[in-house]
Amino acid sequence: MRSILAVLLENEPGALSRVVGLFAQRNYNIESLTVAPTEDTTLSRLTLTTSGDQEKITQIMKQLDKLVEVVQVVDLCKAEHVERELLLIKVRAEGAARAEIKRSADVFRGQIVDVTAQTYTIQLVGPSAKLDAFVRAIDDSGVNATILEVVRSGVSGVGRGNHILAL
Amino acid sequence: MAEMLSGGDMLIRALQDEGVEYIFGYPGGSALHIYDAIFRQQKIEHILVRHEQAATHMADGYARSTGAPGVVLVTSGPGATNAITGIATAYMDSIPMVVISGQVPSDLIGTDAFQETDMVGISRPVVKHSFMVRDAAEIPGVVKKAFHIATTGRPGPVVIDVPKDTTDPSATYAYEYPENVNLRSYKPAFAGDMDQVNRVIAELLVAKRPVFYVGGGVIQADAETSLRALVRAVNAPVASTLMGLGAYPGSDSQSLGMLGMHGTYEANMAMHEADLILALGARFDDRVTNNPDKFSPRATIVHLDVDPASVDKIIRSDIALVGDAGWVLNALWDAYQARDAERDAAAREAQQQDIAKWWQQLEQWRSAHGLNHNLQPHEGQSILPQLAIQSLYRVTKGDAFVTSDVGQHQMFAAQYYHFDEPRRWINSGGLGTMGFGLPSAMGVQMGNPESVVACVTGEGSFMMNMQELSTCLQYGLPIKIINLNNQALGMVKQWQDMQYGGRHSQSTYSDSLPDFKTLVEAFGHVGIRVSDPLELDAAMTTAFAEENKNRLVFVDVWVDPNEHVYPMAIKGGAMNDMILSRPQEAAS
Repeated sequence: MRSILAVLLENEPGALSRVVGLFAQRNYNIESLTVAPTEDTTLSRLTLTTSGDQEKITQIMKQLDKLVEVVQVVDLCKAEHVERELLLIKVRAEGAARAEIKRSADVFRGQIVDVTAQTYTIQLVGPSAKLDAFVRAIDDSGVNATILEVVRSGVSGVGRGNHILAL
Repeated sequence: MAEMLSGGDMLIRALQDEGVEYIFGYPGGSALHIYDAIFRQQKIEHILVRHEQAATHMADGYARSTGAPGVVLVTSGPGATNAITGIATAYMDSIPMVVISGQVPSDLIGTDAFQETDMVGISRPVVKHSFMVRDAAEIPGVVKKAFHIATTGRPGPVVIDVPKDTTDPSATYAYEYPENVNLRSYKPAFAGDMDQVNRVIAELLVAKRPVFYVGGGVIQADAETSLRALVRAVNAPVASTLMGLGAYPGSDSQSLGMLGMHGTYEANMAMHEADLILALGARFDDRVTNNPDKFSPRATIVHLDVDPASVDKIIRSDIALVGDAGWVLNALWDAYQARDAERDAAAREAQQQDIAKWWQQLEQWRSAHGLNHNLQPHEGQSILPQLAIQSLYRVTKGDAFVTSDVGQHQMFAAQYYHFDEPRRWINSGGLGTMGFGLPSAMGVQMGNPESVVACVTGEGSFMMNMQELSTCLQYGLPIKIINLNNQALGMVKQWQDMQYGGRHSQSTYSDSLPDFKTLVEAFGHVGIRVSDPLELDAAMTTAFAEENKNRLVFVDVWVDPNEHVYPMAIKGGAMNDMILSRPQEAAS
């Protein structure tokens, strides 16, 4: 089972290394991790995706909560939430493939953000599964569309409506 | 107006304001400003060790025996890395400790400077928390936070890494020690949940085969009074973890002794057959449960722990009690008395009969396969290690502080010395650190100068920190060291006997052992050697005699090198799967 954990963390040097170290030390898996300061500059917000059964996720959350610099932890998957990830993909786009790639980008509501005679760089935002589907679509498109680079931001997430994570 | 102090002076003043009696440490370049601040004051005594690992174990022994946090001061680089084993030892057993490490000056950090190591990074997996001082002005606040974190909730070691420039004597700051500390991200549980307490009491009032499974958390929380009252009122048996010995009196008939891998037959059988297990300040360690899938199949499990992450980590509890063991045990005892008074006499009588039947079963187990606490010496034979512990117990009248190292001697001490009071049995349970025994005994003696302190060790463990014999002379620490000398790494050898066809790979060194009597005499102490079981009691009596009251005495007891620790859990089995004797071992 996949979980998206949102963590409010004291914005202090070394705090992130404690979170990452905890995962390595206890043999938990990190699938993606994003972190940045919030509107309150004393706090960072971290979104982390991991997987495991319910007992394991609960144990991960308890261990995170034990870190002195962790203020709050929630599992966004426990309630309605919005999940977004940003993808930048650079594709070799020549001849007939150019039009096909553009069409695929349009279908997925991606934007072409850089163009050269040989390449397109496409930006796409959405849940991770949609990004996966787009990368597959480009890869399987049958035209001569070689993927040159893929960059993903990792998941950011927020609870819907009144599910608010704040102090 | 606030006094103006340098960073180094503020650090030491803050420790004074925290009520620190002793600093255990070793100087070096990055810590020299701090050492100069120590020189210019009288309130805190600094104990100079011979190796930084010993400083951490001393602070640890001081903390375990007194309940007050231990304080360590080391320099950067090797000073800091040498302290790591002791920090990890304290971490695994949840011992309050504050470790101050010197660090190279801020502008040299990250340049691979002389004696630079990333102490915050290297200690991170084995500390409760750590701080790096960025600015001298924050020193008092950091010290306050460090002690608060080390001593509250589930206690543990906290590291403060102090770059040399922040202790520079030429810059001064207005010193003020904070009265309170408020950390929005750190609010450990203290009070428990009364609904949960009442659920436990409801189960306890109808239990037919209850067992109290008591761990070190009860000792840490000084919760023994309410524990003992409750145990006696229920007439329940108590099985203690290695860390919990002494919370309930070991010589009392309701004590089943230690449980787990080398626990008593009756304690492990009771755990397996119980219908209600109250796990109090214990964490279902793998050395207790054996195979968790086969653990106590019929019991309702109550788990009290101050650390929510310990609950349901290994064994799923039916009723969880998260909070301070002292608070929760008081609440349990109060609630029990109230509910017991309300119930009708017939219900009480029926339960008393059930528990009496349970005791018949327990006594049957105890008499069939319990430990023999009345071993006799036999002429012409080797000394049994168990006999040596029994002799120590008699000579010290069960009233000594006993530290141990790790291995067979540790298990024999836990099995054969009955601890009637908490904080008397000091050993490295979680990390299993050889070399812990002597320095921790030194810390115990510093914290309890009028008490008798014995260190039960083996020659393997002793040699890991024997340089501290010199420190013992310097500070006049009259520890009694009982060295169960089997000329081998006994527990390793036992496993090799049992699981590796008797191939003793790297576990023996009998041709190269020192003459320990001469060795300790060279350090200025008293050495005694005994190998005849008929002379054992006399040797032990001499060690603890009035004439040696102020001397360190080392009793080198040559024991039977072939003795194994039994019972021993059968790997992968349930708690009732045990090997009880060598014939059974040979047959299996």
